[in-house]
Amino acid sequence: MIDWINWLLALAQTLLFIAMAPFLLGWIKRVKCHMQNRAAPSLWQPYRDLGKLFRKHVVLAEQASWIFRATPYVVFGATVLCAALVPLVAVDLPTAAIADVIVLVAFFSLARFFTALAGMDIGTAFGGMGSSRDMMIGALAEPVLLMAVFTMAMTASTTNISEATTYTLNSGLVLRPSYIFAMLGLLMVAVAETGRVPVDNPATHLELTMVHEAMILEYSGRHLALIEWAGQIKLMIYMVLVANVFFPWGIATALAPNDLAVGFVAIAAKLVLLGVVLVVWETIMAKMRLFRVPQFLGFAFLLSLLGMLTHVVLETGG
Amino acid sequence: MSPLILAYLALASALASGVLALGADRYPVLLRYGSSLLLGACGVFAVLAGAWALIDEAPTTDLLALGLPWLKWHLRLDPLSGFFFAVVGLLVFAISLFAPGYLREYIHPKNRQALSALGLFTGLFVLGMLLVLLADDAFVFMISWELMSVSSYFLVAYQHQHAANRRAAFLYLLMAHIGGLAILLGFGVLAGFGGGFTFGAMRAAELSATWASIAFALAFFGFGMKAGMVPVHAWLPEAHPVAPSHISALMSGVMLKVAIYGLIRVTYDLIGDIQWQWGLVLLIIGSTSTLLGVLYAMLRNNLKRLLAYSSIENIGIILSGLGLSMIFIGTGHKILGVIGLIAALYHVLSHALFKGLLFLGAGAIAHATHEYDLNNLGGLIRRMPQTAVFFLIGAMSISGIPLLNGFVSEWLTFQTALQAPVLASGVLRSIIPAAAAVLALSAALAAACFVKVYGVAFLGVARSRHAARAREVDAGMRAAMGLLAALCLLFGIFPSTVISIIDAIPNLLLGAGPPSATAQGWLWLTPISPKTASFSAPLVLLGILIFALIAWLLLRKRTVDVRRGHAWDCGFGSLNSRMQYTGTAFSMPIQRIFAPVWDLKEEIEETRHAAQPLQTEGVRHQLQALDRSWSRVYEPIGHFVLVAARRIGLIQTGSIHTYLAYSFFTLILLLWVVT
Repeated sequence: MIDWINWLLALAQTLLFIAMAPFLLGWIKRVKCHMQNRAAPSLWQPYRDLGKLFRKHVVLAEQASWIFRATPYVVFGATVLCAALVPLVAVDLPTAAIADVIVLVAFFSLARFFTALAGMDIGTAFGGMGSSRDMMIGALAEPVLLMAVFTMAMTASTTNISEATTYTLNSGLVLRPSYIFAMLGLLMVAVAETGRVPVDNPATHLELTMVHEAMILEYSGRHLALIEWAGQIKLMIYMVLVANVFFPWGIATALAPNDLAVGFVAIAAKLVLLGVVLVVWETIMAKMRLFRVPQFLGFAFLLSLLGMLTHVVLETGG
Repeated sequence: MSPLILAYLALASALASGVLALGADRYPVLLRYGSSLLLGACGVFAVLAGAWALIDEAPTTDLLALGLPWLKWHLRLDPLSGFFFAVVGLLVFAISLFAPGYLREYIHPKNRQALSALGLFTGLFVLGMLLVLLADDAFVFMISWELMSVSSYFLVAYQHQHAANRRAAFLYLLMAHIGGLAILLGFGVLAGFGGGFTFGAMRAAELSATWASIAFALAFFGFGMKAGMVPVHAWLPEAHPVAPSHISALMSGVMLKVAIYGLIRVTYDLIGDIQWQWGLVLLIIGSTSTLLGVLYAMLRNNLKRLLAYSSIENIGIILSGLGLSMIFIGTGHKILGVIGLIAALYHVLSHALFKGLLFLGAGAIAHATHEYDLNNLGGLIRRMPQTAVFFLIGAMSISGIPLLNGFVSEWLTFQTALQAPVLASGVLRSIIPAAAAVLALSAALAAACFVKVYGVAFLGVARSRHAARAREVDAGMRAAMGLLAALCLLFGIFPSTVISIIDAIPNLLLGAGPPSATAQGWLWLTPISPKTASFSAPLVLLGILIFALIAWLLLRKRTVDVRRGHAWDCGFGSLNSRMQYTGTAFSMPIQRIFAPVWDLKEEIEETRHAAQPLQTEGVRHQLQALDRSWSRVYEPIGHFVLVAARRIGLIQTGSIHTYLAYSFFTLILLLWVVT
């Protein structure tokens, strides 16, 4: 009986995750506009955009194969599955045990694999360019991501995100240098993986600077809506990971209504704050040239490696 | 009845398939159907024998009155050889389905080849591989090892009308024998201490730590050379691609695994007392092979050569898993060592399946288009829809995408590496995570590499006339690829079941199985403990299916409103196939980032208009990315050998008097030494 309630809660949390993701993007856009002295759109604008795209006709290129048509569903499915694995409001939900953080990273690479294939499917130069660049960025970002995650996993001696969150929660306010390095690495990689400034610019359609946008240039209608939505969920997954693994306080450990309400308020507050951090970061940084990106990610790799070494040298002892 | 009987049947079928093919020059049907049928039978028997040995767990042994008068052939089938037997059998069965269709090309009067040689050496090659796995004394092992090497030499040299193939085959033979020599010396050390050539005697031998390390070093060098580890890998991407595609599948898919088998047999079984330093060597060489293998693969545009380089990468992953296992065993963490060994074995199985599949896919492409160069392909997903699906599964599997078998072994390797904090040595604790990071980088680069392969070959628009006119291959070839693709999926979704079967191997070698890997039932994979890490591929699959179903139900009624139009061409008019990204263009960012890895030779020639020198008429761009191991390892050694030979040659005057004097002085010297 209790098991069913847990599964239902996990499902509800996933749905909440999916539903909240456009709102988070709306918030980021709004703060960004305020910061750059522009008139801000409504917080609900991303929902309206998605709604509009879902209602529109799909226009496919003549050469498009089934890969092109399947990709939006694969990308959306993989991203939603990742969202189900990350504890948002409460820890210890049954979905968290299905797969660990390595699987999560692998699901992101599944989404990237298909997006890149879809980019090459039409046979235009834009698509190939985007795919090539995105796979390059992905190839460099993935080891950084895994290193940051490994630091966390070695400290908590688990790769299960929920268990790691509980571990941080139980060990209280301990200053771990390794966590600081790992978090910085993770933040930098999150920026690269979600296609934000300075690595990529989601608002650009200039051929010299596009990466992610170049791959999905041919998409329209509901296909585009699914891909955009998946992108929003992915951004939120990274922010929730940072928020809950490194600052888990507030998250519900018991499944009582009170705890859940506190957990929801806590994660909402954390996301709002992180959104502001992201906006400040994006506003003060300029978009990088493509071949500066390896240096950026190399620095992130160094941070993660330092985190790992600090953990090995300082924190395990022996 | 014992599994050995089935194994003998497999050997006999392999031999019969080779012998039957002798008449193939006159009656090609003998090779296409007769030999292939027997090979298929060989595959089935081998899988059955292997599975039986794995499930039964008890080793079965036999003595055959062959060979030397005082040394009968010792044969033994235990879970370790059974596992490899089954892996070889699976792939042999798949190629037996593939061969009849594929060989049609070689029968074609226009480019007719010596069919009997192909069939004979294929049979002998399979026979050699299977016999290596059965060998229970050094003599049979070396005989069958040589049978495997030499018969595959003839297969590499099969299309000997091309000089490059002859050169590749010679290099292959040379390297195989240098490796074989090292293995022989390694057995020599073991036999010296054990007092006999049987593996039983070697197992019982008491070696000092130094001698054990020497035996390990020799065996590692020999087997590693055959497996294609960096830096002695350069023969592999030369030799494997030039054989017919189904033979390339066997060479890359299983012959390399036979070398891994030899390494595991000698280290875990015969030497037994594993030291962690060996593991460290394996881990470092394994990680280097992984990274360099995938980087070299990335820049290749010849599909089969790219696949051969990617085999080096995968051998690196297997070696890393074994290295982790040895480090943990050597430092007294046996259970973790077991998990590392299982990770390596799982990758052996995975790589055999997906690399076999990809090589067969490359063969299918070559059969349909007569092209190996990626930059002449394109758009095959529309011309060869089923091959495209199977190849996609192979490409996803090799890229470590979840729910396919490649991911399971990668996940297990990472889980083993993450247990590094239990080690006492700080150096090991920091090297292992760094090696894990290299593995992660290589996995991501492999994904990039196979996006390139799939994107350039199957997607987009055809880049040549051949590709535009390609036709789907025949049912047998599709069945072979379909079988391997289905197995890739199956072993990716039910890893716990597979692991509970291959548990028998660590039970045999180390006397311990992973206590909790499959303790939670077939649904869950929990290598260390449920709290540390858990992965349930069936539930993930269920989740994906549910999401897909919901999305489909919600959007189903709208599929009618899909309109087809031109792709966006920026308003400049029609797009053509030359505007697409080529393989070279796709890998350029990675080539630029990792430039020091290759010897890059880039030439750009501009032809200018005669009257107006500012106007460019044409540009020719040539990029050569050479493997550094040639200039750094092979050429210096080759040079050294030549110089040394010339120096030694000085004493050869050609006059009989001098030679008599040499003999005389040698005799005196020896007499003096003896007395």
